[in-house]
Formats: sequence, C-alpha cells, structure tokens
Amino acid sequence: MRRRTLIGGLAGTVGAMGFMLGLGAWRSRPVADPKLPLPLSQMDWTLTDHLGATVQPQDWLNLPVMVFFGFTWCPDVCPTTLVDIESWLVELGPEADRLIVALITVDPERDTPEVLADYIGYFDPRMLALTGPAPEIAKAAEAFRVRYEKIPQDEGDYTMNHTAGVFLFRRGGSFAGIIDFHEDRRFAVPKIRRAME
Amino acid sequence: MFKPLLFTALLLPAAAFAECEPVVVGDLSVSAPWSRATIGASRPAVFYVTITNSGSEDDALTNIASPVAGMPMLHETVVKDGIASMPHAMSIPVPAGETMRLAPGSYHGMLMDLTGAQKEGDSFPVTLSFQNGGDVTIDVPVLSLRAEEAECAAAP
Repeated sequence: MRRRTLIGGLAGTVGAMGFMLGLGAWRSRPVADPKLPLPLSQMDWTLTDHLGATVQPQDWLNLPVMVFFGFTWCPDVCPTTLVDIESWLVELGPEADRLIVALITVDPERDTPEVLADYIGYFDPRMLALTGPAPEIAKAAEAFRVRYEKIPQDEGDYTMNHTAGVFLFRRGGSFAGIIDFHEDRRFAVPKIRRAME
Repeated sequence: MFKPLLFTALLLPAAAFAECEPVVVGDLSVSAPWSRATIGASRPAVFYVTITNSGSEDDALTNIASPVAGMPMLHETVVKDGIASMPHAMSIPVPAGETMRLAPGSYHGMLMDLTGAQKEGDSFPVTLSFQNGGDVTIDVPVLSLRAEEAECAAAP
C-alpha cells in the first residue's frame, strides 16, 4: 500500500500522463493472491442473463462492474443484499448508469432465466441476473473465489450456503474490492466510487 | 383536493397506530412484525419481529406457527469467512430485561410450504411460542419485496 502511494506520488511529479501509464501497467499485472478474484479479463465462463442474452466476462471490460452471488429462493440474505445495492445505486445517482450490476445464481437448478427475470423485475431495472449450466456457474464461482454448497432440508427442499460479499471491478476488469454483507453501508458507496474512478 | 388530503391525514395515523399496537402477554411485548412479499408460493416467506422481555426471568422463543405455512422454522443468518449460511435455530434467547430483534441478516422466521403467494398489503397471523411466556399471536403485515424494516416502530 505504502509502495503504491510512493510510486503514485513519484509518477505524479513526472506528469499526469506518466502517472496514468504507470498506474495502468501496475494494475494490469496478474493478481497472484489465490484468495482474490481473478481480473475479469482472465476469467472464462459463459452465462445467460435474465433476458436470454449470452454474457461472458470479456463483455464487461468497458465499464466498472459490481457482482454478487445468490439465489432467488433465499429468504433473508439475498433480498437484503439487493435492497442494499438499490440504495447504493440511488445514492450514486445518474453515475450508476455506467455501472454493470449483476447477480449470478448459485442455484441454476431452480433459477432459470425466466425465474430470474420474474425476480429481478422487482428491483432496479439496471440489475442483471445470470444463470447457466452448473459447470459454467462452477467456473464463474471459481474465478470469483466464491464458495457455495447445497444444504438439503426436510421434504426434499434445499437451501444454499454461499459467499455473500459484493465484488467490485474497475473498468478494464481489475479487481477493486469486496463489500462484505454486514459492512456499514456508509463505507459501501465510497468504495464503489473509488472503483469507478 | 384539500378535503381528501385532510381526511387522509386524519385517518392514517389512527390506522397506523391501531395496527402497530404491540401484543403484550405477561412480561413479553411482541411488536413491529413484518414479512416480505413472495414471488409465487414455492419460495419461503420471511418473518421478522421485535420481542421485549421486561421481566426478571430469561425466556426463549422456541417455535413459530402460521396457517399460511406448512413448515415454519426459526433460522439464523450467519456469515463466517464471507460465507452466508442459515442454520436452524432451536430457540432464540430473549433474556430478562432485553429486546431481541428478528431482523434482516440475523435471526428470522422462515415460512416454507406456503399455502399461497404473500402479496404486499396482505397480512397473516403468526403464533410465537415461548419457553415460559406461553403463546403470543400477532398479525404480520406483508410489505414490499424491497422493504428493509417494519413500518411500525418497535415497542420500547
């Protein structure tokens, strides 16, 4: 962190142009930490959005991106996350129009594109909801370092445990940070703004 | 224009007050219940409420029941290492002199096997069973799928 500030500071004295180039090069280095999501540009998955369009991570490199994992049978965490995200979008105002916001289901068995369309239709129309074949969901989860697990319940019912944070990516696809589920919402919007810079 | 507005202004607080009345049984006060609208009947509905124990003896919420749900359960949302899970809560403590809130991201009732979709504006009864305090039935308003909290303030 200190090193990054120092590099930024030095580059800043050289000139705005040099700074941007230097930072760009620094950011485009592959992320080595296996616990952090890959840059979108290095991900490989193909999913379908709730309107039936094919989506790949490379489609998202032109804008900042906010992604979270969930499922529509989830009674507590997922609606709460969606409502939180909506409140962030409201606070961001028109700025949020240039942000890609997507839910990726961890329950493709029940969450078909039609089911997702029905569900996401109750929320901000700027949100996408993605599903796909189970192996593609698994590839996406692996790339985001997301874990999920099916938990059987009585009478053949089941629920899903899943990573609950919201992932932020800068334009160009580099990973910018996570907003944790119980994080104070006052910190969320500044985090999103930084990812959108 | 003016008259209907005035009428509404007079009517609304009275109606809200009546619906927001806490249900008091012994030392327990149950208030601010709410649920979110469901899409269809196959997804579970959620149940949130505030319980205040003004007595000197600890109590616990051990069960919930509702005519709209074949399988109601108490759950707790737990986020550990970033992963959200919803373990079944055998009981929810309501210690003496304290207030326990069933709220988003925490303890909540999960109403499975619904008899029908819960629509915004509907309401349904839920009976809460306490270890010591007996049973308390309260009417639960169904709020928007996007609601974040009860429309009624919790009883102090």
